[in-house]
Amino acid sequence: MPDCKEVFALLSQYIDHELPDGLCEEMERHIAGCAPCVEFVESLRRTVALCHQFRAEDRPGPLPASVQQELLSAYRQMLAARGPL
Amino acid sequence: MSKENEVELARRLMRGEAAAFEPFLELFRGKVFQYALLMCGQREDAEEVAQEALLKVFQNFDQLREPERVRPWVLRIARNACYMKRRKSVFAPEEEISLDALLPEFQQNGGQRRLEIADWSALPDSQVLQGELREALDRAIRELPEIYRSVILLRDVEELSGEEAAEVLDVSLDVVKTRLHRARLMVRKKLDAYLRRVQKG
Repeated sequence: MPDCKEVFALLSQYIDHELPDGLCEEMERHIAGCAPCVEFVESLRRTVALCHQFRAEDRPGPLPASVQQELLSAYRQMLAARGPL
Repeated sequence: MSKENEVELARRLMRGEAAAFEPFLELFRGKVFQYALLMCGQREDAEEVAQEALLKVFQNFDQLREPERVRPWVLRIARNACYMKRRKSVFAPEEEISLDALLPEFQQNGGQRRLEIADWSALPDSQVLQGELREALDRAIRELPEIYRSVILLRDVEELSGEEAAEVLDVSLDVVKTRLHRARLMVRKKLDAYLRRVQKG
């Protein structure tokens, strides 16, 4: 069975369900009997869940009409050069 | 907006439906700006990078072979635009941080080993990321060394798969996994320090 340090090294892969079944079960067995690991896994899981929600507070400013026009032209030129699908 | 919606917008743009242009631009401008802002740090740089990247996106839209992969495709262009911007400034090469440096601290309490850790269970499951907690996470992400910041932004904020993030960053899947783990550990540590401060009152 892996020890705390080995569990610690594999925790992201563990919470992302990326470990082979056998290893995952061994991790589960260790964690089930180890209070510090239970606590630590939970804190890492919550960290990832918070990252999923994260959005930068700064948003881009309004897009100048000239820039939008330039982007639209680039799109139209791409279409024209490509021809019909 | 969900991934399905952005894939649908990409399909429509590919078919030449100009009505999809504005919603697509609106959506991806936000994403590209956010990535550039967190990678470059400066608002003006991020605006500039976003514009350059979006121009490339529309110029080369016919090269998006799989609309399902529009998010990693656009983010790769954003990453390259950031990289070009960064090349103009000096930056030191960054080395991998060892896992040992990120091991949590234990305290000996009688015969028991306890983690020195905040009470994470006090955060409700449905905890909305706002206020000081949001600021603490924002700081934690911005303070990460660049090689870790780029990975956590792609994997946990933009929710790309490991393979997609590897493709965007031109590194192997193993490198993505290694860096993601370290990035999460560093962010966790900073959030933990914040929570302990708050919980102590």
